Amino acid sequence: MLVLGTWEIGTTVDAAHKDGLFIDPFFYGRPSGIASQLWTWIQNGTAQGPLWLQIATTLEEAFLGFLIGVILGVVFGVALGRVRLLSDVFAPYIKAFNAMPRVVLGSIFIITIGYGIWSKVALAVVLVFFVVFFNAFQGVREVDRVLIANARILGASERQLSTHVILPSALSWILASLHTSFGFALVGAVVGEYLGAIHGIGLIIATAQATFNPNGVFAAMFILALVALTAEVALTSLEGRLIKWRPNGINTDGLI
Amino acid sequence: MAPAIELRHVTKRFLTPSGTAYTALRDLDLAVQDGEFCAVVGPTGCGKSTTLALISGLEPPSEGEVFVGGAPVRSVGRDVGYVFQVDAVFPWKSVLDNVATGPRFRGVERRAAEDLARDWIKRVGLSGFERYYPHQLSGGMRKRAALAQTLINEPRILLMDEPFSALDVQTRTLMENELLQLWSTTRASVVFVTHDLEEAIALADRVVVITAGPGTVKGVYRVDLPRPRNVAEIRFQPEFSRIYQEIWNDLRDEVLVSYERSKRSVS
Repeated sequence: MLVLGTWEIGTTVDAAHKDGLFIDPFFYGRPSGIASQLWTWIQNGTAQGPLWLQIATTLEEAFLGFLIGVILGVVFGVALGRVRLLSDVFAPYIKAFNAMPRVVLGSIFIITIGYGIWSKVALAVVLVFFVVFFNAFQGVREVDRVLIANARILGASERQLSTHVILPSALSWILASLHTSFGFALVGAVVGEYLGAIHGIGLIIATAQATFNPNGVFAAMFILALVALTAEVALTSLEGRLIKWRPNGINTDGLI
Repeated sequence: MAPAIELRHVTKRFLTPSGTAYTALRDLDLAVQDGEFCAVVGPTGCGKSTTLALISGLEPPSEGEVFVGGAPVRSVGRDVGYVFQVDAVFPWKSVLDNVATGPRFRGVERRAAEDLARDWIKRVGLSGFERYYPHQLSGGMRKRAALAQTLINEPRILLMDEPFSALDVQTRTLMENELLQLWSTTRASVVFVTHDLEEAIALADRVVVITAGPGTVKGVYRVDLPRPRNVAEIRFQPEFSRIYQEIWNDLRDEVLVSYERSKRSVS
């Protein structure tokens, strides 16, 4: 509130004397300008079409990228964590890929896959994959040896060992990575759109930047923040449902 | 008839992180008859747990052979139950699912497995806690769940690795009595590892003393106390203290050796 207020007043006060501006709205925009920009978008749509279509496009890309990236990350993470040979063979390649700044792949994807949503999905997948992969891999490695021994004694096959012991145990690691990785999926989608797209919030930002419209940039950022927050809430509730067996902090209703 | 469990000249070496070989067991011979309750005592780090790992098939011996039911052990056997020292129930499964795990792994249908599990939960005195998760239970209750989880498979060979060492004395005595009672109905062959000599004598038909690492058999003692036993009261019988003294003479030297070693490694 304070920040917003200062910002708004800073851009209005002394507006009479052109040289005395505290904050220049030409470069920094102003909250009321951002609000009216948002309102305009909602009422009249953006230059690329209606606002909801832009949000839906970005969400679709981020969500698809997130989903595919998570599935691939978990599958590879568990496989490499379980099978020594696989991890010995693939680990160097995965590390090399991970060391690369992956955002530059966005340009390649746009050239090869085109301006549609799939180039953005691909970028999001690449960003998400590594976060989830490393967490799943570590999660599998950290599984309690005694639990594995116990499952073997109880008669578990290799497959049952994976589904009954290793996956549930690694799940808390994997779920923890989902929070970060949805952020990455959003980054992938927006950056991809920024590089070249037909619809999407990233494109709005690029357009606003090109036309020196700081209010537009801020308004798009505001929308992105809302989207990310909503996703965060959804993920937290999913996490709570999936690992209800875990004691939550000090407040356990256990019998001692 | 072949003994239920037999270890012949078994040696087990491990590779330490620093790359040297550590001998946990050296030339160990042990035989457990069918339906016998055998306790293994020895100082810390004498390879007691390793012995169980070898019998269960979780670990192969470096030398010698291990037989269960007359056949050499090559992999984890179907007839083996193993109660671990630390909590080994699956924290993400409810008590019911935990106990039903064994039959489910062995291909029993969910409904039948759960019915069987309910029966065993009742037998270990956990009725009413079927839907609880392990973290919501006390240590003693988790141990009961682990016991039911193991016994539901009706193992002919029951291996127990200091199962009650983490419990308080009262709970422990209770659990020991319950174990004896459960065992009297199944009559499995038991190898019960402990460092507590009183516990060993109170429970077992035979006590085996293992030397400080590398472990090998130092002495074997019969315990001819009548069954059924009450663990809380059997300690007051004169015969109990006589056996205790006899075994302690043997065990004391080993405990001292192990203690001296640990002092040296600390300083």
